[in-house]
Amino acid sequence: MMLATRRQLAEAGVLGINRRNARFTLPCNPRKYYPRVDDKEQTKQLAQEAGIAVPPLYGVLHIERQVRDLARQVAPYADFVIKPAQGSGGNGIVVITGRTGSGYRLVNGVTLDERELAHHASNVLSGMYSLGGQPDKALIEYRVQFDPVFAGISYQGVPDIRIINYLGVPVMAMIRLPTQRSRGRANLHQGAIGAGVDLATGTTLHAVQDNAMVTMHPDTGNAITGITIPYWDQILALAARCYELTGLGYQGADFVLDSERGPLLLELNARPGLNIQIANHAGLLPRLRQVERSGAHVRGYEQRVGFAKRAFAHKEA
Amino acid sequence: MSDRPVYVLAALLVLLASGLFAYKYFVLKVPLTPNLQVKAWDVEVRVDLRAEGGPAKVSFYLPRPNGVYEVADERFISGDFGLGIRRFVDNRLAVWSVRRATGRKVLFYRATVRPARAVGTGAAANPPEVSSPEFTAAERAAADQLLRNAQNQSADLETLTEALLRELMGRADDNLTLLLGESPDLDRKLQLATRLLARAGIPARTVHGIQLEQLARNARRVEWLDVYYGKQWHSFDPVTGEQGLPDRYLAWWRGNNPLVRVDGGLHLNTQIAVTLNQESALMRTRTPGGLLDFSLLSLPVQTQAVYHVLLAVPIGVLLLVLMRNFVGIKTFGTFMPVLIALAFRETQLLWGIVLFCTVVGSGLAFRFYFERLKLLLVPRLASVLIIVVLLMAIISVISYRLGLHRALSVALFPIVIMTMTVERMSIVWEERGAREALEQGAGSLFVAALAYLVMQIEPLRHVIFLYPELLLVILAATILMGRYTGYRLTELIRFREFGGGKRP
Repeated sequence: MMLATRRQLAEAGVLGINRRNARFTLPCNPRKYYPRVDDKEQTKQLAQEAGIAVPPLYGVLHIERQVRDLARQVAPYADFVIKPAQGSGGNGIVVITGRTGSGYRLVNGVTLDERELAHHASNVLSGMYSLGGQPDKALIEYRVQFDPVFAGISYQGVPDIRIINYLGVPVMAMIRLPTQRSRGRANLHQGAIGAGVDLATGTTLHAVQDNAMVTMHPDTGNAITGITIPYWDQILALAARCYELTGLGYQGADFVLDSERGPLLLELNARPGLNIQIANHAGLLPRLRQVERSGAHVRGYEQRVGFAKRAFAHKEA
Repeated sequence: MSDRPVYVLAALLVLLASGLFAYKYFVLKVPLTPNLQVKAWDVEVRVDLRAEGGPAKVSFYLPRPNGVYEVADERFISGDFGLGIRRFVDNRLAVWSVRRATGRKVLFYRATVRPARAVGTGAAANPPEVSSPEFTAAERAAADQLLRNAQNQSADLETLTEALLRELMGRADDNLTLLLGESPDLDRKLQLATRLLARAGIPARTVHGIQLEQLARNARRVEWLDVYYGKQWHSFDPVTGEQGLPDRYLAWWRGNNPLVRVDGGLHLNTQIAVTLNQESALMRTRTPGGLLDFSLLSLPVQTQAVYHVLLAVPIGVLLLVLMRNFVGIKTFGTFMPVLIALAFRETQLLWGIVLFCTVVGSGLAFRFYFERLKLLLVPRLASVLIIVVLLMAIISVISYRLGLHRALSVALFPIVIMTMTVERMSIVWEERGAREALEQGAGSLFVAALAYLVMQIEPLRHVIFLYPELLLVILAATILMGRYTGYRLTELIRFREFGGGKRP
């Protein structure tokens, strides 16, 4: 099948980019709140104030001068992550897994020396990875030790869980699994696997890679479907609370599962992508309309999560 | 948000536009197509000079048509210069003069030219006098030799003139070189032709004119030779050597003097702009309404030419919106394709694409190199811009050496747009891979080419220029498209999984 017809998409309730912008992001996401999600440092602060767990921040580099002190700043930590505050799509993130003498070891085993690491940090500051090339900040933060449940179905990187919230109600979820092709990144258009997640149980459903259905991880050979994500209710609750956190009516919340700290909020997105529909093999539109009709969004987050679990539970076809 | 205000606004805009359109079309009878009307042209001359502080005088020949066209509605914009017009047998001369003038001065002459109501025959009241030309002894021998050659090949005065012109335009021999010097221009050759004919006792003169084109910011100048025999003047095209003139030449002045002479100042530039005048066709049918006095046609010719281009831009923009929001083609920057399409107007499509790819491609190579140098953003952008300018200069020089004159027009590409394209493309290249970058680059070029082709449709541009209120319709369409929430064509591919009913 090369093409779907407009009619088929409409029947499946697929949300297109024009409608997402005109009907959802433009009216529901006030521009003034965008910095809250575009700047990961701000997101982190807001989340911490609200008691939502995030990967702990070790330090922030604001100006080029601070890059010189980088080595001293990271000295207490065996492993850590450097990422741009305004990056997108996982670009510019360097994950240090350990030390080798004076060097820093990356996930793929390559070693960086002190100068190379500092270089990367100043690239981040110059805005190389930020939206629109604006000067940026570099965040140094805790490296997530991902939960062993995912060990068999991810390659090098950390899988993340994306939940779309409409008016504070979780409407669709997927988990993104890094592959060799995506170079350990949880980025769908770079070849990561996206698996739809049943909102009621947190169990993985269908999985796609490059829009084609897959049932097992190409690098590990383990089955992707039927895995239940631990702490699912807690994740849903955290996602629902992000509505109050940012004031954005239509947003995507990305979580990671840490083996010790549990679910951590990684980042929020004011223009979440539409590929989640392919991963779930379901259109967003009927669910968004259902949220509007229900009036669930005026209630507290517990009720919103309850509504989502009832309304959007996966039904066997 | 309800769509109602959008529909109401769009409807109002369309209503307003159609009202204006109907009024102009039915009441004022503004023509829709260019060939419906009597041809007339607006001619505008702009003389730039730098006065030296003392008295300044500018002598400027006025059109003196030869019966095919007539000149109407002459206007002079003289600034603080005084104006006098002198008539000679052959020419009319405008003399602008001022007691004291310093600095840069600009003088304008504007006229409407239309076909003469009664076509003149070119008959002269009195046969012109022939003054014998001055030649040195050596020149005289060469001139006589040339005349003898021509006479041998001819039967009458017409064929004599043709033969003489053939000889003058042909390969240079010793006689010609003696009379004309090395590599003479057409002016000098025509001057010699008049002197040779005068030596044979035949009255002849050089005529300078311009070509009346649809739209030219700098009209093409043409010269030809007038020869008097059989009680009237006959025109000869010096290049073909044949009698008669092609259509649409406006005779301007006769003789061997330049069009403009400046005393007491430095003559900087003279530009003759021509545009087809639609208004005059209207004036002939009826007295114009007040509305037309405020139309684009009342603007100076050069400004009209600019608006001819500018008014086509909304059409390109409409197309761009269609391509992005309905089809879903990805482009770099929102309006980059339209600006590139504007540049294509000068380069032509094929060359435009070749030049664009060359500049952006090599710019990209440099950008990747700068990436390795780890430059900060703004200096890096500035470096790429400098490289882009240099690349354009190099392309111009090389292509000129190779005789590819079209490639010179690379200079008309908007450099900032190219720089930003290079930057955006390299970022996309790095973050999302070469495929995505090339896809977006190809998408941009495709939309640019399409916009160029649509913006080039002459009848469309003509109608928009005469009826600028139609832009309100385009605005209405764009506003309506702003509320289009349906699927993009590319989404039908992206979500093809949802096609074909149930999944296996």
